[in-house]
Amino acid sequence: MASTDASRRDRFLVIAFSTFGLLILPLVLQSAGNFWVRIADTALLYVLLALGLNIVVGYAGLLDLGYVAFFAIGAYMYGLMASPHLSEHFPWFAALFPHGLHTSVWLVIPLGAAVAGIFGVLLGAPTLKLRGDYLAIVTLGFGEIIRVFMNNLEAPINITNGPRGLDQIEPVTLFRFDWFGIPGINLGKRLEIGGYTLSSVTLYYYLFLALVVLSVIICHRLELSRIGRAWMAIREDEIAAKAMGINTRNMKLLAFGMGATFGGVSGVMFAAFQTFVSPESFSLMESVMIVAMVVLGGLGHLPGVILGAVLLAAMPEVLRWVAGVWDLQRLTDGRLDASILRQLLIALAMIIIMLLRPRGLWPTPEHGKSLPSGAK
Amino acid sequence: MDVLLQQIINGLVLGSMYALVALGYTMVYGIINLINFAHGEVLMVGALVSWALIGWMQEHAPGLPGWVLLLFVTLVACVVTSALNYTIEKLAYRPLRNSPKLAPLITAIGVSLLLQTLAMIVFKPNYKPYPALLPTDAIAIGESAVITPTQIMVLVVTAVSLVSLMYLVNYTRLGRAMRATAESPRVAALMGVRPDTVISATFVIGAILATIAGVMYASNYGSAHHTMGVLPGLKAFTAAVFGGIGNLAGAVVGGILLGLIEAIGSGYIGDLTGGVLGSNYADIFAFVVLIVMLTLRPSGLLGERVADRA
Repeated sequence: MASTDASRRDRFLVIAFSTFGLLILPLVLQSAGNFWVRIADTALLYVLLALGLNIVVGYAGLLDLGYVAFFAIGAYMYGLMASPHLSEHFPWFAALFPHGLHTSVWLVIPLGAAVAGIFGVLLGAPTLKLRGDYLAIVTLGFGEIIRVFMNNLEAPINITNGPRGLDQIEPVTLFRFDWFGIPGINLGKRLEIGGYTLSSVTLYYYLFLALVVLSVIICHRLELSRIGRAWMAIREDEIAAKAMGINTRNMKLLAFGMGATFGGVSGVMFAAFQTFVSPESFSLMESVMIVAMVVLGGLGHLPGVILGAVLLAAMPEVLRWVAGVWDLQRLTDGRLDASILRQLLIALAMIIIMLLRPRGLWPTPEHGKSLPSGAK
Repeated sequence: MDVLLQQIINGLVLGSMYALVALGYTMVYGIINLINFAHGEVLMVGALVSWALIGWMQEHAPGLPGWVLLLFVTLVACVVTSALNYTIEKLAYRPLRNSPKLAPLITAIGVSLLLQTLAMIVFKPNYKPYPALLPTDAIAIGESAVITPTQIMVLVVTAVSLVSLMYLVNYTRLGRAMRATAESPRVAALMGVRPDTVISATFVIGAILATIAGVMYASNYGSAHHTMGVLPGLKAFTAAVFGGIGNLAGAVVGGILLGLIEAIGSGYIGDLTGGVLGSNYADIFAFVVLIVMLTLRPSGLLGERVADRA
């Protein structure tokens, strides 16, 4: 009994320290400049995306190379509902909402999640018969189709504003109650509490952190649930899973749908955070990076996935800063600037980490039941 | 009618380049079950190396006929990319042959990114005008359709490459070893085939085909760039899956069909949809067709494998 108490106390200490660390992190970073907090924000968004993709690839073993499409769907959803774009381009819309559509983020989040989830199921439906690599190319194609549409849906009806994207997107306002005349907290502006200033990026950090914590809890519960077990059974051996009475079709659709909702929610957050969305942010490269985060970290293992996402999201930005400090561009006659160095190091990291640790940096401790289509 | 004829010519030219690249994907996939995501970048490296070499040759050995120059730079570029692809396989894929399946996929993506970055550093990131080495006057076919000498070259070179490859795979010792390894590396090894050598050879052949495609791609469009491999790579992969991945004839059929669908589709989509969708949607034809196709036949057009083994 004593040992359980000790481990329980250790666990409590770890949680207490990490909570404290995560809460204070932006305040420390903020003093070094908002640039650093922005990196932390981006990393949290990627953690959210990686957690969602982990449901599809890590738990259910379905390789999805078009995941960024759901991110895009969420982002455009918020972009359309919280920017003047629709009322500027459609007179009937302007007549309906003379002051524009200032949708509350609490409405857009579930809506974005639902729409992305529906698209996830729509994508899943025709691919149910496909396995492994065939699935990969179909999902990749789906991602590209969505991107081409975002890029071109400005004529004859201007919905996405084409390559120029949507701008003037409103930042998130929390705790706004118009009925009671409470203006709420606009996360786009800095907040002063008793002489101490919290910058806008710091406020977003806390919002994202809350979402990430909620997602981790959801993922953890899913992993332990009957659904999670069913997914893993499908990942290990689909035919056996079917024989044991698992409805593989519904379970796969559920995995696609649930994974996509995470993508949709992070998209909504991304649009609110950037106040601008354009098709450029949703390239195939982005999908590939998210897959890389999940695989490099440790497929199907939550701490690993989070590590992978933070590493691949934050490291390049830090490197960009380092390259700026050393003025690499001047040293190398303009051949090696910050963005090239960043790309070079991401590529090397992907190769080297996989060669040294093919199961990921922080893989699941349980052997033999962690990776889809493992070595035969 | 003439628009149709013109689009068929363009489609065949485009499709034959896809076919050459698709063969590289399908051969590698057939043998080691890996989607070699870096394959499109081999095409790009081939094109850029040949571009640099043309510049150098024109300076140091002026007066060479265009086709001799083109042949020579293609040969040299093939040697370079073969060595490159051989090294990549040895360093990035071979150590992971018994690892979880996603590991080599990620290194392949890493290699593709690495090659693009290195190409950007070595050749600088600007668009390079690719000189026209063959005569540029178009030959009229029918009333208003035309074909350029470069396009004729593409068709001829593709046909020759395909016939040579088919001969190699079906009638030579190496070809038999390749087919045996694709069937089962362990049994092939018991029969005296060295799977590692065969796999290396496959990567070298893939590099040669991709380089030929790359040089032709650059000559046909008149420019070369460090990201030029991405889209043809994706389309060729789509073509390989479309035809049934692992099946050589499937890759060729898939590539040519995809080229035709894309060219004809982008020529007519404006008329068909009353101007709502324009030719800027050309890039999605490949994927829409692929999704429809795989829904109907999950193993591709000529694929015989059971979907479960994929």
